[in-house]
Amino acid sequence: MDAHEVAASAAFGAREKWVALFTILRREVSRILRIWSQTLVPPAITMTLYFLIFGTLIGGRIGQMDGIAYIDFIVPGLVMMSVITNSYGNIVSSFFGAKFGKHVEEMLVSPMPSWVILAGYVGGGVLRGLMCGGIVLLIAMLFTTVRVANPLVTVTSALLTAIVFSLAGFINAVFARKFDDVAIVPTFILTPLSYLGGVFYSISLLPPLWQAVSQANPILHMVNAFRYGLLGVSDVSLVTAYGVIGVATVVLTAVSLWLLHRGVGLRS
Amino acid sequence: MSLPTALSIRDLRKTYGNGVEALRGVSLDVAAGDFFALLGPNGAGKSTLIGIVSSLVNATAGEVDVFGVSVLRERSRAMSLIGLVPQEINFNMFEKPEDILVNQAGFYGVPRRLALERAEKYLTQLQLWEKRNVMSRTLSGGMKRRLMVARAMMNEPRLLILDEPTAGVDIEIRRSMWSFVRQINQAGTTVILTTHYLEEAEQLCRNIAIIDKGGIIENTSMRALLAKLDVEQFVLDIDGALPALPELEGVRFTLVDPQTLEAEVPKRVDLSAVFAVLSAMGVRVKSMRNKANRLEELFMRLVDRPAEVA
Repeated sequence: MDAHEVAASAAFGAREKWVALFTILRREVSRILRIWSQTLVPPAITMTLYFLIFGTLIGGRIGQMDGIAYIDFIVPGLVMMSVITNSYGNIVSSFFGAKFGKHVEEMLVSPMPSWVILAGYVGGGVLRGLMCGGIVLLIAMLFTTVRVANPLVTVTSALLTAIVFSLAGFINAVFARKFDDVAIVPTFILTPLSYLGGVFYSISLLPPLWQAVSQANPILHMVNAFRYGLLGVSDVSLVTAYGVIGVATVVLTAVSLWLLHRGVGLRS
Repeated sequence: MSLPTALSIRDLRKTYGNGVEALRGVSLDVAAGDFFALLGPNGAGKSTLIGIVSSLVNATAGEVDVFGVSVLRERSRAMSLIGLVPQEINFNMFEKPEDILVNQAGFYGVPRRLALERAEKYLTQLQLWEKRNVMSRTLSGGMKRRLMVARAMMNEPRLLILDEPTAGVDIEIRRSMWSFVRQINQAGTTVILTTHYLEEAEQLCRNIAIIDKGGIIENTSMRALLAKLDVEQFVLDIDGALPALPELEGVRFTLVDPQTLEAEVPKRVDLSAVFAVLSAMGVRVKSMRNKANRLEELFMRLVDRPAEVA
């Protein structure tokens, strides 16, 4: 073996990067399916209860929201709640678990560039988010007729939202030092923002001041973009919604890559 | 075109955030194909050094090249040449051994079909093939260590770094692991080893560096280092009553019990002289062994501290 052979064996080109990315994705999907009772069943049960209680029992008395039957109005929000919590939850538990168990080092000592690691984990988070969103949509069909007014907006808003919250979950996992740290953000930030993000109501019901305050909640824009995709109605401008999602994606991607590159919380 | 040095380290420094200076300008070369021992007391800087070479630790200053490829500037290319067996067990306990190996190969860009072939090869060679589908957490300590060796081989590295790979492993498994690593080395892979068991380093390694307080205090061939040992201590099992302690110039005898005699013999004194004086006193030597491992004796002198090695 001479220096030429060594140089050749040191190559890590596009083909190798694709294999590495696919390996992380495969591992993430197999984890989601292996622990399906923790990853796929809970949103199905929770959302069934939401449809039953808020949609059928209480919703029948509420009547209409923005001219739409209440149960139809809450379908997009409940789907997006599942997408958000599951894409976030998947990456935060998977990556923090890898950090805690030290097997993240398997990837850190490999030739994989930072962006491949990030793309693999974000891909896993997006897949779980969309799988759970799909399950909730199927459950919704048991309670009402689901229609899709604009397929492109439906798909892109769900996909981009899953990416945003996967990235946010990744950043949480990078900074987390103990298991408590991965529960703080979902409990104290994600859940309140989701409930105040127009899942169960139209912000037109709020006084003008709180309508303006609500605009600062990114989840409001994501839920409404998805609602526009399914029902064709939205409390916010679609352009603003995509702008918010786009900026969040770019900023969180840049922060995640910087953290990985610097090895924050990973390399000493 | 000749083969570059397997590992070249120049003026490597590491100061941690808490101000601890773990490496104070380390320079070191490991030749391609070598079986190299890196020894030092706990806290000497070995793990930091290995961490920087394997990119788990960020260097403060200095240069590290693996086969001429810079770890600090061309991390991706350099890492594809290295296999690491870390000190701590660091695989996912909820995955199966075969999956752990195939995933590791995937991280190095090895296609799945080839990864499966390699997994079978290395699991078989390390006697783990029958355990390929069990949950990894159910493996014994020795099996977990062997699994990490197999994992480090999945990219068929040019440089294999073993950081205390036999810690807590019984003698039989240790021997089988060393036999495996020796074969890997004979096939052309450069091996760097840190170990608590200095007799292993003495038997396996051709060259050695000793690190202490963040600096290299010795870097030479194993033969040259052992030649520095000017006094050796032997334990002799004797047959026959010893009326008095033997007398031989330069040699110090100590009677441990009526059947055991210890002798500190300088290099300049032939062992045959020791046997001759004992024979003249009517004492037969039934067996003889070194009191301590030769490398261990040297190590203790060099680092000048109690027996806390590697």
